[in-house]
Amino acid sequence: MAFQFEETKTIGGVKFGVLSPDLIRALSVTQIVIPETYDEEGMPIRGGPMDRRLGTVEPGVRCETCGNYVSLCPGHFGHVELARPVVHPLFAKHIHMLLRATCRVCGRLLLPEEEIEKARRMAKRLEARWPLLKYKYGESVAKKAAKVTVCPHCQAQQYKIRFEKPYTFYEEREGGAVTLRPTEIRDRLERIPDKDLEALGLDPQSARPEWMVLTVLPVPPITVRPTITLETGMRSEDDITHKLVDLLRINQRLKESIEEGAPQLVIDDLWSLLQYHVATLFDNELPGIPPARHRSGRPLRTIAQRLRGKEGRFRGSLAGKRVDFSARTVVSPDPRLSINEVGVPIEVAKVLVVPEKVTPWNLEEMRELVRRGPLEYPGANYIVRPDGARIDLRFVKDRDAIAEALKPGYIVERHLRDGDIVLFNRQPSLHRMSIMAHRVKVLPYRTFRLNLLVCPPYNADFDGDEMNLHVPQSEEARAEAATLMLVQEQILSPRYGAPIIGGLHDYVTGAYLLTKKGTLLDRKRFAQLVMEAGYEGGLPEPAVLKPGPYWTGKQLVGLLLRKDFNFEGKASICRKCGTCVKELCPYDAYVVVRNGELMVGALDKNTVASQVPRTLLHEYVRRYGSDAGRELLDGLYKVFIAYLDLYGFTMGLDSLDVPPTVEREVAAIMSAAEKEVEELVKKAERGELEPLPGRTLEDTLEQRILEVLSRARDRAGEAAGRILGMLKEAVIMARTGARANMLNITQMVAVLGQQSLRGERIKRGFTGRVLPHFKWGDIGPRARGFVYSCFKKGLKPTEFFFHAMAGREGLVDTAVRTAQSGYMYRRLANALQDFHVAYDGSVRTSEGFIVQFRYGEDGVDPAKSDHGEPVNVDEVIKEVIAERGG
Amino acid sequence: MAEKVTVEVARALLEPYAHVLPERLAEEVVRKVVEAGLTVDEARKVVDRVVLEYMRSLVEPGEAVGMVAAQSIGEPSTQMTLRTFHFAGVRELNVTLGLPRLIEIVDARKTVATPIMEVYLEGEYARSREKALEVARELELTTIENVSRAITIDYVDYAIIIELDPEMLENRGVKPEDVVKALNRIKGKKGSVELDGLTVVFRTGLDDAVKLRRMYDRVRALRVRGVKGIKRAIVRYDEKLGEYKIITEGSNLVAALSIEGVDHRRTISNNIYEVAEVLGIEAARALIIREMKRVLDEQGLDVDIRHIMLVADAMTMTGRIRQVGRHGVAGEKPSVLARAAFEVTVKHLVDAAVRGEVDELKGVVENVIVGSRVVPLGTGMVKLMMLTEVGSGSASQTQK
Repeated sequence: MAFQFEETKTIGGVKFGVLSPDLIRALSVTQIVIPETYDEEGMPIRGGPMDRRLGTVEPGVRCETCGNYVSLCPGHFGHVELARPVVHPLFAKHIHMLLRATCRVCGRLLLPEEEIEKARRMAKRLEARWPLLKYKYGESVAKKAAKVTVCPHCQAQQYKIRFEKPYTFYEEREGGAVTLRPTEIRDRLERIPDKDLEALGLDPQSARPEWMVLTVLPVPPITVRPTITLETGMRSEDDITHKLVDLLRINQRLKESIEEGAPQLVIDDLWSLLQYHVATLFDNELPGIPPARHRSGRPLRTIAQRLRGKEGRFRGSLAGKRVDFSARTVVSPDPRLSINEVGVPIEVAKVLVVPEKVTPWNLEEMRELVRRGPLEYPGANYIVRPDGARIDLRFVKDRDAIAEALKPGYIVERHLRDGDIVLFNRQPSLHRMSIMAHRVKVLPYRTFRLNLLVCPPYNADFDGDEMNLHVPQSEEARAEAATLMLVQEQILSPRYGAPIIGGLHDYVTGAYLLTKKGTLLDRKRFAQLVMEAGYEGGLPEPAVLKPGPYWTGKQLVGLLLRKDFNFEGKASICRKCGTCVKELCPYDAYVVVRNGELMVGALDKNTVASQVPRTLLHEYVRRYGSDAGRELLDGLYKVFIAYLDLYGFTMGLDSLDVPPTVEREVAAIMSAAEKEVEELVKKAERGELEPLPGRTLEDTLEQRILEVLSRARDRAGEAAGRILGMLKEAVIMARTGARANMLNITQMVAVLGQQSLRGERIKRGFTGRVLPHFKWGDIGPRARGFVYSCFKKGLKPTEFFFHAMAGREGLVDTAVRTAQSGYMYRRLANALQDFHVAYDGSVRTSEGFIVQFRYGEDGVDPAKSDHGEPVNVDEVIKEVIAERGG
Repeated sequence: MAEKVTVEVARALLEPYAHVLPERLAEEVVRKVVEAGLTVDEARKVVDRVVLEYMRSLVEPGEAVGMVAAQSIGEPSTQMTLRTFHFAGVRELNVTLGLPRLIEIVDARKTVATPIMEVYLEGEYARSREKALEVARELELTTIENVSRAITIDYVDYAIIIELDPEMLENRGVKPEDVVKALNRIKGKKGSVELDGLTVVFRTGLDDAVKLRRMYDRVRALRVRGVKGIKRAIVRYDEKLGEYKIITEGSNLVAALSIEGVDHRRTISNNIYEVAEVLGIEAARALIIREMKRVLDEQGLDVDIRHIMLVADAMTMTGRIRQVGRHGVAGEKPSVLARAAFEVTVKHLVDAAVRGEVDELKGVVENVIVGSRVVPLGTGMVKLMMLTEVGSGSASQTQK
C-alpha cells in the first residue's frame, strides 16, 4: 500500500536485439522435436510442442521446470534445431541491405577504409544527440556502398543482389540469376566485421547479422499459446501451436531426407516448405505468399498478427489496459445532487471496495463493517491481514470472531460509501473533462445519477447513455483525484478559458423567467426558492410592499451572490440596437451586478450558460475560485429550475399560433419569390443572364435562385417573428439561448425552406427531374427541394421526401466525420502527448528537446486565462476606480 | 486631486516587471491606464494587481500542455462539418475549409486541394483599381486557348491555325504579337509563324501527324502571359485596409513576388511547404497557426491560440516541416515502444532489434506499456528523495 518505503525495482529501460542461436539454446528448457501435442490418453507428449516443461496452463498441474502452479509459472522457452537454416522473414529487408553493401567474398563494407572509419565516427557522434538520425545516416552509407561494383578491399567483382519478397534472394551473375540459399547468405553475413556494421549504424553486440538467418528456432512457452478446453471437453489448440506442429513435421522430414541422402530436389522442396512455415509463424500476412490456414479455412493468427493493429498486443493490451474496481451502468439526471457528486446504486456500492487501513480511531467502525459482511450495506468484502493474507468475508462463518480479531494494521476493504472519491467517465474521452472525480452519494435504484450541469463536459444526455466509474485504491490516487480532478476544478475549460460546466436548456429559461422584469414572488414562494439554494439567512426588504410583500427574482439572485461581486454585460436577448444605452436598456437586456445585487438585466445564455466566455458565471469563478463556483452552481442554479417548476413552463402548439394575416403574408412573399425565380429562369433561357466571372451559366442561375429563395425565407421568417412575442414559450427559449433559434421557429410556423444536398439544391434522381411528380426539366423551387410548408402545417409528400434526403445526408456526414476526426485526434495525441512545461517555463519533449521557450509565448495557462487574455485590464481599472470613491 | 499618469510615468511603473509581463500586456496597461485618466497612485495599484493576476494565470510546471493541445483541437473537430467548400471572401473562389482542411494542415500535405494566394500590392497599385487589374493580368495564366476563338489543325500543311478573339485579347491585355512571340519560343528550327490580322498561322514543319497532334495540344496550353499555376486572379477591394488586393486561384509565390507592384512583405500563399521554402520556416509556422485558427473560427469553434501554436511549433521545431503522424512528429520519436504503439508496430520492433535500440522509458505510453505506476508528466514528474526512517540518518532512500 501507500507509504511503504520498500526497496523496489523499477524498469530502467528496454533494450531490443536479436537472439543468437547460443542464447536461444541457453534460454531453452528443452529441444522440441516431435510434431504431436497429446498422446491417446490426452497427456502432453514429451518433446512435443505441449511439453510440460514449457510451463503449465492447466489448473492444479505443476510446471515441470519451475514447480509453480498456473498463477505463478511464467512459462519457459523451448527450441527447435532447424535441419537447415532459413531466413527470418521480418529481417529480410535488412539482410538485403547488408548483402548489397558488403563484399561477397571478404565480407567488408564496400567502401574504402577511411570512409568506413568516418562513417563510424559520425554514427557515434549522432547516437548521443539524435539516434534516429544515426540510423538514417547508416542507411545512406549502405546505399552508397551498394553502388560499388568492385570491392575496395579484396578487389572482388560484386553482383547485383535481387530480393524477391518475402524471403528469396538472387545474385545476378554473368551466367544469369542464381538463387542464394540461406546457408550461403548466412556465411556471407558471418564474414561482415563488427566495425563495418557500426559504420552502418547497427549494433553488432545485440544483433549480429547472421542471427537473422535462423538455425535454431525458439518455441514460445505454453502460457503464450494456451489450450482452450470447451464445455464439451473438446480441446482446441492455439494457432501458434498448430503452426509449430506443421513446422516440426516438415523439419523432421527434412532431417530424415538429408540423413537418408535423398535427392537434392526433394531436399530443396522440403527446405523451402520449412522456410514457408517459419515465415508464416512470424507473420501470416506477408506479401507474396499465401497465408497459412486453419482447417476451417480461417487464416492463422500468428505472432505479428497478435501485435498489430487496434486490438493487437500494443494498442489493445499494453497501451490500453482493463481494470478492476470499475462499474458501468446507465446514467440518469438528479438536479438535487451537487455538481461534485455522483449517485451510485447500492448494488454497485456493495461490490466496489475501498481499502481502509485499520487504526485505533476507526477500529470499532471497521469491526462493525466486518460484522455486517458483504451482503449488508454498508459492510465490507475483504480483510487483508498485515502478513498479506486476504480473507474473503463471503466464506467466513463467524464474522463476529473475525471482527474481534481486527487490529490496527489490518486493511478492511469496505463498501463504497458517501463521500468517497471516485472517477467518473463517459466515452468517447475526447478531453480531460471526460474523466472527472466525483464524491459518492449512495442511492437506491440502478442508475448512476449526475447533476445536469456536468452534462456539457461529458457530452452526456439521458437517452440511454452509459458511464463508467472507477474507484482509486491508493491514498495518493485519491488525493490527486480530489485536488486535481474534482468536478469543481474543471469548471473552466483549458480549450478556450471559459466555463464548460454551467447551465443549459431549462437552466437558462429558468434564469430568464426568474429575473425578467415583472417577476414577483410572495413570501412563501421566495422562501421556498431560497431554501432550494440552501440559503439560511434572513429575507431582504421586499421590493413591493403593497398589495402585500413581494420580492423580485432579481433580489433572489442578489441574495446568493457574494457581496463584493460586480458584473456588467449584454444579455442574449439583446436586440442589437444601434447605440447601446447600457443599464437603461428598455428590454432589460443589459445585466449589471453591483456589490452582489442584480441591479438590472435578465439573466440568460450570456450570463449563466456553459461554453460561453465572459459570463457572470465565468467572472464569478475567476474571481472567487472553484469553491465559490461550486456554491453558485449548487445554489443559484437550483433555484432556476425550481422556479421553472413553480412557473409551470411548457411549450405547446399554441406557442406557434400566428394570425391568418401572417399566413397570408408569408404566402404572398413566397409566391413573389416564385415569380422572381421564374423570371430568372426565363432570362437564363433567353441568354440574358450575365454569368458571374469564372462560372457557367447554370451555376450562376443556381446561385441566383438560391439567393432569391433564401431571401424570401428570411422575409417570411421576419413576418412570422414580428407576431411572435416574448410571451410565446418557443420564442423565450430561442431568444434567451436556451434551445433552438429564431430560424427553427420560422421553420415551424412559416416555411421550412430549401433542402440541400452537398450545399446545392437537390438535383439527383430521375433524368431531368428528381421525383416523378415533376415535369421534365422543371427547375423551379418546388421541384428542386424547396419546402413551402412549415412543420406545423405539415409537409407535402414530395417535400417530406426532400426533407428526408437532406436529413439522411446529415446522418451519413456525421458517421464519416467521426472516423476522420477520430484518426486526426489520435495522431495529434500521439505526436504531442509527451510535451510538458518544464520547471524553467519552456515546453519540452520527454527527451528534453525544447518545443517552445515559453509556453504559448506568454506562459499563460488558457484555463486560468480570461478567454485567452492573461489579465482583464479593464476590470482591474474599474475596480481601482470604484475604490476611489471610498 | 493628484496628478494624472502620463505614458512615461506608466512605463516607468512597469519597468521593474519588464522581464515578467509580456510586452503586449504591458503596453495594454500603459494605454488603458492613461486613457482612464488615473492618478499615479491608482496606476501603481493597477500595475500591482495586473502583475499579481498575471502571475496567477501562469501554467504550472509539469502541465501536459501537449495532450491538452491535442484534446483542444481534437475534441471540437468532431463537431465540424464535412462540407468542404466555402467562399474565400470572394464569391468566385472556393476554398477547402472544415475538417478536410484541418487534416490537410496537420498532414502537411505538399499539394493543397485549393491553393490560393493573397497578393497585396504596394503604392499606386494598391490604390487604383486599374493598376491592380494590371497586376492581376500579369498574374493570371493566359494560354493561347484562352484568347482564341478557334484553333484548327491543317493536316495538309502541317500547320496550326489560330483565330484570335479580339474581346478576349482585350480582356486579358494580350496583343496578337504576344501570341506570336510565345509561339516563336516553341517553333523549333523548321517551324514558322505568320500573323495575319487576327489569324495566326503556325507552320510546324513537322512531318508526322501524331507529332502534329501533340504539338496542337501543346500550343493550346501555351503560356502567353501570366504566372504558371495561377488559374485566376481576382481583384478585391479590402474594406479594412482601404486598398486593392488580388486573390488568386492556384499559387506560385516565387513568381508572384517578383512581379512589379506586388508587396512582397504581405503576400502569402496557403501552401505551407511553398511558404516554408520561399519565406522560411517561421513564416510557415505563422501560416499554420493562421490557417488552423481560420478553419476553427469559420466553424464557430472556440480554441485558444496557444494550443494551435503548440501544434505549429511541434511541426516546425526541427527547422523543416513535419507532419503530425507516422511520417513526422509521431514517427520520429526516439522511443521504440511509443512508435510501436502508434502505427506500423512490427516494423518498428524489427528495426529496433537490428539496431539494438534502447527504450529509456521517458515518455508517457512507454511507461504505460511497461506498467510503471507513474508517468513522467504532471504530478509524476516530481522526483523526490526521501529518507525512509526518520532520524536514522541512514542512506537508504526511496524514489518516487
